[in-house]
Amino acid sequence: MITKEATVAAPAPAPAAPAPPRLAKKRPAWDEVPRWQVYLPLGVYLVFTLVPFYWILLFSLRPAGSTSLVPWPMTFEHFEKVWTERSFGTYFGNSVLVGLATLVMTTAVALAGGYALARFDFKVKRVFMLALLCSQFVPGALLLVPLFEIFAELRMLNSLGSVIIAETVFQLPLSMILISNFIKNVPYSLEEAAWVDGCGRLRAFRIVVLPLLRPGLIAVGSFAFVHSWNHFLFALMFLNNQSKQTIPVGLNTLMSADSVDLGALAAGGIIAAVPVVIVFAFIQKWLITGFSAGAVKG
Amino acid sequence: MAQAAAVAKPPAPPRRRRASATPRRLPYLLIAPAGLLMLGFIAYPVISVFYYSLQDYNPTKPWRNGYAGFGNFTKIFTDDPVFWDTLVFSAKWVFVEVGLQLLFGLALALIVNQTFVGRGLGRALVFSPWAVSGVLTSAIWVLLYNSQTGITRYLADLGIGSYGTSWLSDTSTVFPAAIVADLWRGVPFFAILILADLQSVSKDLYEAAEVDGAGRLKQFWHITLPHLKDAIILSTLLRAVWEFNNVDLLYTLTGGGPAGETTTLPLYIANTSVESHDFGYASALTTVAFVILLFCSIVYLRLSKFGGDNK
Repeated sequence: MITKEATVAAPAPAPAAPAPPRLAKKRPAWDEVPRWQVYLPLGVYLVFTLVPFYWILLFSLRPAGSTSLVPWPMTFEHFEKVWTERSFGTYFGNSVLVGLATLVMTTAVALAGGYALARFDFKVKRVFMLALLCSQFVPGALLLVPLFEIFAELRMLNSLGSVIIAETVFQLPLSMILISNFIKNVPYSLEEAAWVDGCGRLRAFRIVVLPLLRPGLIAVGSFAFVHSWNHFLFALMFLNNQSKQTIPVGLNTLMSADSVDLGALAAGGIIAAVPVVIVFAFIQKWLITGFSAGAVKG
Repeated sequence: MAQAAAVAKPPAPPRRRRASATPRRLPYLLIAPAGLLMLGFIAYPVISVFYYSLQDYNPTKPWRNGYAGFGNFTKIFTDDPVFWDTLVFSAKWVFVEVGLQLLFGLALALIVNQTFVGRGLGRALVFSPWAVSGVLTSAIWVLLYNSQTGITRYLADLGIGSYGTSWLSDTSTVFPAAIVADLWRGVPFFAILILADLQSVSKDLYEAAEVDGAGRLKQFWHITLPHLKDAIILSTLLRAVWEFNNVDLLYTLTGGGPAGETTTLPLYIANTSVESHDFGYASALTTVAFVILLFCSIVYLRLSKFGGDNK
C-alpha cells in the first residue's frame, strides 16, 4: 500500500510495472543507472537504519541477562514492568494529550494567521513576517529560564498547559509560513467565485480552500504532533510532579538511573516510538508532496 | 422548521457583504492569536533574557541579586575557559554534523528518487528515524554502545576490539560515537527535504540535456544541483541552527561528558541554569549565543548568495 502511494506521489511514470522498459528506451544503454547502484547503497544504508531499531526491539523482548541475538524465548515482562512500575502508562497518556493539544492549537492558530498572510496586505505584515523568520533563530532551550518564570507567574508550572503552550509557540512560526505558502498556491479566483455564488468568506474558505489544503495541513499537523511528542526539555523543566511527566522525561529518568535497567529502557523506547512510527507511515507521502508544494519555494 | 430557515436566510447577504467589505480589521483578527502567543512567549522572554544578562540573578542565592552591569559578559570573555571550550566544540559539532547529514541526505534522496521495485517501502524505512526523538535516539544508542551487552561485546566475540569497551566514556571515541548517533536521525531530514525539491525539477531539462549528449554526472552538476541550491542553503542553515540549539541528544546521551568533552554552548547554558540556577550568567551566555547565531546566519546567507541567480 505504501508502495502504491509513493509511486503516485512522484510525478514519475505512473504505473510501476511498465516504467523500467520506458526508461531504458529513453536513455542510451550506457547511461542507465545499473540496478546494483541503487540497491547496494540503499541496502547498506538500510542496515545502518534498521540495526539500531532491531537492537532496541531485541532488548525489549528478550529476558533480562540474555545475550542471544534473537528475541527468543520472547517475554513481555519489560513492557509490563515499564508500563506499571515505571508509570509509562501515565506518561503515555500525558504525551498523547500534549501531542494532540499542540496539534490542534498549532494548526488552528497557524491556519488563521497563514490565511491573513496569504490573502491580505496590511500594515504590520512585513514586520510580522520578519518576526516569524527571526523567531526561527530563537532557541527554545535558551529561553528555558524566562519561560519558567512566566509559567511560575501564571501558576501553570506542573500543569500540562505550560508544555502545550510552549510547544505550540515554537511550532507556530514555521507552521504559519508553510500554511501561508500552501494557501498562496490555491488561486484566489476560486474563492472569489464562491463569494459570487453567495458564500461568506468563511464558508468559501471551508468548501473551496480547505479541501485543497489537506496534504499541507496533514504535514504541518503531524509535524506539530511528532515534535511535541518527542520534545524533552520543556517537560523536564516545567513539570516536576511525576504524574504529569511525559514519555521523553520518563526515558531520561530510566537512562540516568545509577544502574540502567536495559530491558526496561528498551521497552520504554518502543512505547515511545510506536505512535510516531505509525503517524510517520501514514504521512510519509504527504510529507514529500506537502513540502514540495510549499516549504522551500516561496 | 422550513419557515424558520426561510426567515433566517435574508440576513445572510448583508453578512457576506460585511465580510468582504471589512477586510481592514479581519487580517488583524486572524493574526492576533499567533501574534499574542509569540509576543508573550517568545518576544517577552527574549527581552527578559537581555535584561537578566545585566543582572546577578540566582534564586538560590537571593542576597547577591542585583544590577551587574557588564560583569557577566566580562566574566564570559575573560574568565571562563569552559565558554571557549564549548564554543569550539559547538562549531565542530555543527560543522561535521550538518556537512555529513547533507552529504548522505543528498545521496539518499538521489537513490530513492530512482524508479525501482520496492521504492515506497524503501523510502518509508530509510526515512523512519526522522520521526524518532533525541531522547529515544539516545536510548537506542546507549543500548548499542553499552560496554557489557552492546555492539562492542559482539564485535569482541568476533575478535574485533576488546571486551568492556565503552565508546561513550572514552574521550577519543565519544565524538565519533555521538556524531554517528545523531547522523542516524539527521540524515532523513535532509533526504526528505531534498527529495521533495527533486520532484519539481523539470523533466524537459533532462531530456534536452540527453539530446545534447550530457551524461548523468553532467546532468547532476548542471541541472540537479543548481535547482537544489536554494533548498540546500535553506535547509543547511535551518539545520545548523537546530543542531546548535538542540540539546536533547547530547544531554541524554553523554550529558556533555566525559570531562566536558561533548558540551555545546547551549548544553552549558542548560546546565548552568538547571543545575547551578545561575540565571543571570546563563542569560548572558544566552545573549552571546544568540548574537553568534545571528551573525553566522547573516554571513552564511550573504556568502551563499541565497535566492540569487536562478530566481
